[in-house]
Amino acid sequence: MSDITLNVASANPEATPRSAPITVVGPVAWMRENLFSGWLSTAVTLVLAYVVIRSVVGFVDWAFINAIWWVPVDARGVAQTQACRALEGSGACWAVVTEKHRFMLFGTYPYEQHWRPAIVCLLFIGLYIVSALKRFWNWRLIPIWAVTLTAIGVLMWGGVFGLPYVPQERWGGLPITLILATFGLAFAFPLSILVALGRRSNLPAIKVLCVVYVELIRGVPLISLLFMASVMFPLFLPEGMNIDKLLRAQIAIILFAGAYLAEVVRAGLQSLDKGQYEAADAMGLSYWQKTGFIILPQALRMVIPPLVNTFIGFFKDTSLVLIIGIFDLLTAGKTAIVEPAWQGFGVEVYVFVGLIYLVFCFAMSKYSQGLEAELNRHRRR
Amino acid sequence: MTRAGPEAGAVPAPRFTHTATNDLGHETKMSAALETDGFIASSVRTDAPPAIVLDKVNKWFGALHVLRDVDLQVALGERVVVCGPSGSGKSTMIRCINRLETHQEGRILVDGIELSDDLRALDAIRREVGMVFQSFNLFPHLTVLENCTLAPIWVRKMPKKHAEELAMEYLTRVKIPEQAKKYPGQLSGGQQQRVAIARALCMKPKIMLFDEPTSALDPEMIKEVLDTMVMLAAEGMTMICVTHEMGFARQVADRVVFMDRGEIVESGTPEAVFNDPKTERLQLFLSQILRGH
Repeated sequence: MSDITLNVASANPEATPRSAPITVVGPVAWMRENLFSGWLSTAVTLVLAYVVIRSVVGFVDWAFINAIWWVPVDARGVAQTQACRALEGSGACWAVVTEKHRFMLFGTYPYEQHWRPAIVCLLFIGLYIVSALKRFWNWRLIPIWAVTLTAIGVLMWGGVFGLPYVPQERWGGLPITLILATFGLAFAFPLSILVALGRRSNLPAIKVLCVVYVELIRGVPLISLLFMASVMFPLFLPEGMNIDKLLRAQIAIILFAGAYLAEVVRAGLQSLDKGQYEAADAMGLSYWQKTGFIILPQALRMVIPPLVNTFIGFFKDTSLVLIIGIFDLLTAGKTAIVEPAWQGFGVEVYVFVGLIYLVFCFAMSKYSQGLEAELNRHRRR
Repeated sequence: MTRAGPEAGAVPAPRFTHTATNDLGHETKMSAALETDGFIASSVRTDAPPAIVLDKVNKWFGALHVLRDVDLQVALGERVVVCGPSGSGKSTMIRCINRLETHQEGRILVDGIELSDDLRALDAIRREVGMVFQSFNLFPHLTVLENCTLAPIWVRKMPKKHAEELAMEYLTRVKIPEQAKKYPGQLSGGQQQRVAIARALCMKPKIMLFDEPTSALDPEMIKEVLDTMVMLAAEGMTMICVTHEMGFARQVADRVVFMDRGEIVESGTPEAVFNDPKTERLQLFLSQILRGH
């Protein structure tokens, strides 16, 4: 008898769950709850809907429907932009991008050699993608970086393999931005880890050095550092010795980013429980074993969001090199519209340049979210 | 400074050569000892040089005098339970033994090696002394198995495969081999503490220190951890255990040490200490914990 009841119970352990009524689930219920829950909320919804629809329609009109994509070019190579001017702002003049995109992307790099910086940009993007894949996170990454960066250098400078030599002064546009950002962060990140560790060191000399470095660099604006690197630094060098301007700007960016990142990394180090250090010590792990296996893996995972925040910030801050006359993407865009024919079409140019920045920054942001979820799997239960 | 400890001079004498065999058995060590020094294999070996010697150890946290002239000798194979009210210095004392805390006066010798600023001596000592913490301190980003193999691979320089086999054997002994691929956060408190014990054992320590291993556990999990410790004690491991578990103390301790205000107040067999407290302080402490239970 009891057997039978048990069987019945196990065959049907609980009643089949019924689906909720239409008033609590589904899009209608969601809208009723979130958009039209009262007269005030309904009013706000309607006003906002009106504003949003108007702006979207306005933008679509400007960017697509009324936009001009091409303009004729006369025999002397001057663009005939009368059609664009006739729009009087009611439509975008994308012709400026169509016409000038190569200058914006590659600056004053010799026109017929533009394929070289184009390949460089693709190499950089390829490098980012490979570095982002977990299966390449081992020693293989080092030769991959070495080979790619050498190839990039060869392509940009030339002078070998029959490539004409292009002096650094003529580089410009997107490759400059990618060079500054990639080298900047690739060197600043390891530097910041060392500085953050140094700031927590028991050795007074190292600790003071790291504190002074961080406070000094953080205390001045990046622009003044760049100025110093471009104007003052050569004064300290012996006669005849000259370090490339781009390299000086690069070093300034590395030092600046390093100081900021160091504080982010230090925050991660501080968030770790003292017990983690003690357990590693008690097992007899050496300082570097403890740091490499126990402390940094946990500390860095903890600070992925602020790290990427700083990374994205610095990717865009590389545009400040315009102040010392280096032709990065933004400067190239600005210069593209100096020509009389194109004056007044700044919005289109900045939208285009902004989109390029957005693509890179958005990719970083998305990747970091994935990475965070992936690396913090152990915290899930 | 005068060294008053009677055995202090005899301490640096014979030390066991560490047998780096894959053998888990206690016998290997014993027979090695027998061959080299002719000691008798029994649990407490008073004729062997002591595993741990604390000789007039003093420590201050700032102006606070937390350890006062602490003298303690632990023989090889001896199980010592340290009890006392909170703030009595018992945790500080055992943390001094593997130098998670540094003492300011007196001498501490572990396995014949004196603790000093000499980092090589410290590394040697930490290899031989396992520690289990109140808050487990497992590495949350590593799996249970990786937690257990990290130190053997990098400190003992064991091949990875060998370290993994050893880890699985110890995880089996603490009865959680099936959790090896999980992360610590996925286990219960009792399971985590057993992993912590296995992790310490994977280094094949000669001495195990337990710093209130059951104090952070829910009551139903205390037993599984204590059972693991009893098993370890039965195998002849030298143990110092800070705990309030009086049942455990009675069952396994060769000696109970009662500390109060940084001093060792009384010490003796569990029966003597619990049934016949000599000092008022111990009587007060016992009455308090008995009331608490």
